[in-house]
Amino acid sequence: MTEFLARPWPWYIAGPLIGLTVPALLILGNKHFGISANLRHACAACFPANIPFFKYDYKKEIWNLFFVAGIFLGGVITAWLLSDPGPVVVDPRLVKELQGYGINDYSNMVPVQLYSWENLLSVKGVIMLIGGGFLVGFGSRYAGGCTSGHAIMGLSTLQWPSLLATLCFMTGGFIMANLILPFILS
Amino acid sequence: MVTNSKIGTMEQSTDREIRSLDSVCVNESGLEHRWYHNIKYLVVGVLFGIVFVKAEVISWFRIQEMFRLQSFHMYGIIGSAVVVGIVSVWAIKKFNIKTIYGEPIVFSAKKFNKGQIYGGLLFGSGWGLTGACPGPLFAQIGTGATVVIVVLLSAIAGTWVYGNLREKLPH
Repeated sequence: MTEFLARPWPWYIAGPLIGLTVPALLILGNKHFGISANLRHACAACFPANIPFFKYDYKKEIWNLFFVAGIFLGGVITAWLLSDPGPVVVDPRLVKELQGYGINDYSNMVPVQLYSWENLLSVKGVIMLIGGGFLVGFGSRYAGGCTSGHAIMGLSTLQWPSLLATLCFMTGGFIMANLILPFILS
Repeated sequence: MVTNSKIGTMEQSTDREIRSLDSVCVNESGLEHRWYHNIKYLVVGVLFGIVFVKAEVISWFRIQEMFRLQSFHMYGIIGSAVVVGIVSVWAIKKFNIKTIYGEPIVFSAKKFNKGQIYGGLLFGSGWGLTGACPGPLFAQIGTGATVVIVVLLSAIAGTWVYGNLREKLPH
């Protein structure tokens, strides 16, 4: 049983389970699935700085901080009990491309050759980890939501602004991964 | 549907648009609960986090594959999640399903603004770089990739800068 659970789960198991988060949060207390809002709550709680956008009662949204604390714990539990000893298996074309940038360690979910504290001191590390994180936070709030709020919750409720946002997420990702990232990595 | 007086004054002091613009900040429940009622969201988060890791949604490699159209995996996950979401929301409306506290379930419409385009493109490029949207960041840290704490702090900084520049940006 645990051996089965430890293998990577196929999309047709994982996708529906992720989709069930939408009714689960609604039925448990009228909560709307959306993770990036927590970044805003963190600003409102820690450095509101008299900015109107951060002047609201974040304590009312504390459920969402419990939710992401759960996601963190889910990561801890999986790494501890359900971890798969094998490397992440990806398409051979990607392996070949990344080989060209000297990335060939698939032992972790993130490429350890890029995601390390030492790498934080390199230009590559600053662009990817600090620059990338900044774009995620700035962009998701500007768009009014991220993959969970727009692509999953928004599409589940058939809202066309969320479809537009999702298409823009994908467009931005395509441009970055195919046209800009190769320059950063090489 | 806002019954809480605190939220009512908050909307006056900032503006209603700020909240309605934001797809995810609307908490429609008017009930007050003790803090431990939030444990149930922690449990949902744990299950969700386990699925995230086991399906390799949090893998930088998987996201790169997705943006290169080299694998169906991520499209299958997002697509089937949306189908399950649509059917669930339809069922909630059709059968008038209530919350476990007996409150009616409320949906709020998202209004179009240009932020969905500009912000969407910026977010997408960040997603392509870091290989993580906000949810997976927390799970990645949980699996022991401690340097992702820096990515998360940077994302919080990005959110703060957006909040600061908000009035000057096109919406």
